[in-house]
Amino acid sequence: MSIDKWIVLIGSVGLIGVIYWFFLGKKEKILKISTDIKITVSGGYSPDSVTVPVGKPVKLTLIRTDPTNCLEEFVIPDLKIKKTLPLNTSVTVTFTVTSPGRYGFHCGMNMYHGQITAR
Amino acid sequence: MAKSPLVNQTIPISGMHCASCAATIEKVLKKAPGVISASVNYATEKATVEYDSQITHPQKLSSVINHLGYKALISQSLSETDLQQGAKDAEIANLKKKLIVSSIFAALLLWGSFVTKMNFLIQLLLASIVQFWAGGDFYKTTWASLKNRAANMDTLIALGTTVAYGYSALVAFKIIPGEPYFDTAATIIALIILGKWLEARARGKTSEAIRRLIQLQPKTARVIRGGEDLDVPIDQVRVGDKLRLRPGEKVPVDGIVESGETSIDESMVTGESIPVYKHEQDTVIGATLNTSGSIIIRATQVGSTTMLAQIIKLVEAAQASRAPIQKLVDTISGYFVPAVLMLAVATFAGWYVAAGFLPAMLNTVAVLIIACPCALGLATPTALVVGTGLAAQKGILIKDAQALEIAYKVNHVVFDKTGTLTQGKPVVTDIVGGQKVLQIAASLERNSEHPLAQAIVEAAGKAAVKLLDVTKFVSLTGRGVKGTIGKIEYTLGNPGLFTGIPAEVAKLENQGKTVVMIGTDKKAIGTIAIADTLRQTAAAAIKLLHQQKIETSLITGDNLRTARAIAKTVGIDRFFAQVLPADKEKSIRQLQSEGKIVAMVGDGVNDAPALSAANIGLAMASGTDVAIEAAGITLVNKDLTSIAIALKLSRVTLRTIKSNLFWAFIYNVVLIPAAALGLLNPILAAGAMAFSSVSVVTNSLLLKRTRFE
Repeated sequence: MSIDKWIVLIGSVGLIGVIYWFFLGKKEKILKISTDIKITVSGGYSPDSVTVPVGKPVKLTLIRTDPTNCLEEFVIPDLKIKKTLPLNTSVTVTFTVTSPGRYGFHCGMNMYHGQITAR
Repeated sequence: MAKSPLVNQTIPISGMHCASCAATIEKVLKKAPGVISASVNYATEKATVEYDSQITHPQKLSSVINHLGYKALISQSLSETDLQQGAKDAEIANLKKKLIVSSIFAALLLWGSFVTKMNFLIQLLLASIVQFWAGGDFYKTTWASLKNRAANMDTLIALGTTVAYGYSALVAFKIIPGEPYFDTAATIIALIILGKWLEARARGKTSEAIRRLIQLQPKTARVIRGGEDLDVPIDQVRVGDKLRLRPGEKVPVDGIVESGETSIDESMVTGESIPVYKHEQDTVIGATLNTSGSIIIRATQVGSTTMLAQIIKLVEAAQASRAPIQKLVDTISGYFVPAVLMLAVATFAGWYVAAGFLPAMLNTVAVLIIACPCALGLATPTALVVGTGLAAQKGILIKDAQALEIAYKVNHVVFDKTGTLTQGKPVVTDIVGGQKVLQIAASLERNSEHPLAQAIVEAAGKAAVKLLDVTKFVSLTGRGVKGTIGKIEYTLGNPGLFTGIPAEVAKLENQGKTVVMIGTDKKAIGTIAIADTLRQTAAAAIKLLHQQKIETSLITGDNLRTARAIAKTVGIDRFFAQVLPADKEKSIRQLQSEGKIVAMVGDGVNDAPALSAANIGLAMASGTDVAIEAAGITLVNKDLTSIAIALKLSRVTLRTIKSNLFWAFIYNVVLIPAAALGLLNPILAAGAMAFSSVSVVTNSLLLKRTRFE
């Protein structure tokens, strides 16, 4: 096998490792508990992990700046919340979580994810 | 007038680009008639206006703002949807423009590389416009995603087309030898945009039902204030306000008829097709249509507590809920795009080693393009939205996706008798023992809320019988009552409390009537028979269920003979007689232990424990309250045939979800390896990809064609 093929092979193995690390090796950030949260929706959610108190009303403000229609819907299935996010318009959701735990949220096509931790 | 006409209102405004815009709006608002003061905040994008509600209203103020070229977003609940619709339309129009341009350019490039030999630099120019203008959003999303260490379908498209475009650009600049693949890159983008355009249009149709419900909300009401009729925006109607309604007008809010009589078409809210006659003290539902008479109503529910608002909230919540069937999709969706990226790299390496650069590049592009996570993501929600929306139009409110999944499996329906199978308004039909019996019975029952007791008291009232004083009153839960009149202690209740039951009791019970007996110390002195009218749709509802191969049971506090007679009349298979209210759930458990998946139909108030004990509870809504906690499905139309419709709708919706998931999985599982093995041309891959998510959405829309006869 010629040298270029070896380079491609080894490079590919390395690249696969990098892809794995980049997308799946994310560390979860611990944020302080808040009842007033702002999430920017652009290529996902930032922050994509938020912490809220149990039993207190939480105000979540979302603003979508990314044109992909993948992100136009915002869903928190376990809290039965679904909101359409018009581009560049802030949308507010208020909710109260009644029991501690993790509540995932995602876009309408289930591609981008994030989570709310209630404690 | 008691209420101050001055109102403070905050109006969100969009479209301001600078602080001077805010100043302009403020200046114009202050000059508007009726405005006392106004301030516009550029940072919060809001105007705060104090105005005289007798001179102006928010609609007028917003048109002032809109005239200046900005957009006032007043009365969020109403215009939020219009706003979203506007944004959606703009997005679809934008996609269409890009689709037309990219299709023409892609066609030119295909012609230029297959038919004539177009100059490479001209090809580069055409392809660049497609790549960076039409496909620009793919890059924007990809870049934003990478910053979050996330990826989606757009990432794959951007990467795939960039590889083809980049290679071709190097060829065009003669940096490397060979033929360019500009046509491939441009055609992929044109096809994907075509798919997105079709999908955006189809997805708009999935939520048509809920949009129609939201648009039902009336925008103004005619309030009678200080003897005058005043048209006010709907959000200014308060509980207790008197509202005037003329024929052909919509009922603005939930209320009670104060005076007048009319027929009201409630079909748009409850699905009930025949107009309902209303007179004084009857409940009217907001957003229904007053057809014939002029009436005055008193508002009882306004804003977010009206029946329509509750229905909308319930349907929206159901559409947002998690379907257990989707668990697998939830699990893999987080790994999907990274896995495809890794597979693309492996494909490149494999083909490079086996066959060289060109096939390696083309097959890598095919892998990146063919993968369609969107079809998987759309499979469940689109069907759920169409199914629950369709149900809501028929007056059937499904609580969440989980309820839908259970309803799909139901093979046994249990009906509560009073108020469910019957109209819940029992009347006395026979009295054995004369006036005296009625007098004692009515005196004993005068303070009871039990429907049978009320029937007896009503009968006494009609016969103008004088009621006697009762002392030492005791309630024998579920069986009867005891009390002393004069010096004699009387017992009233079901025949089981007495000895020596006369023959007429059996005869009355065989006619499906409920029999109560009155006596002293276990010795009967009289008998009263009470019957409740069956709902008109009862027999038809049972027949429909039997056609769906679903068994039925009746559950009642009546004795065996009465229960059997009623079951026979409507065609119910089994019955549970003499069940005390608290024991209804035991009967449900018994059926469940026989392996049945049980749906319990009840009124949602007295039957709450039984509704909860059943696999799924179906509640008949009473009044305008539709949020019944114990029920998985609420029937607002009070039509028993909707039970069969609800169950059928659950089955077809779930079938659609399953077929969507199946095809979305098969598509990816078969075509991604096919692309990796070099069996798919990148353009074919783009075509397949473009139509995969469209077909999922279209399949969900087919639910609308379900027939329910």
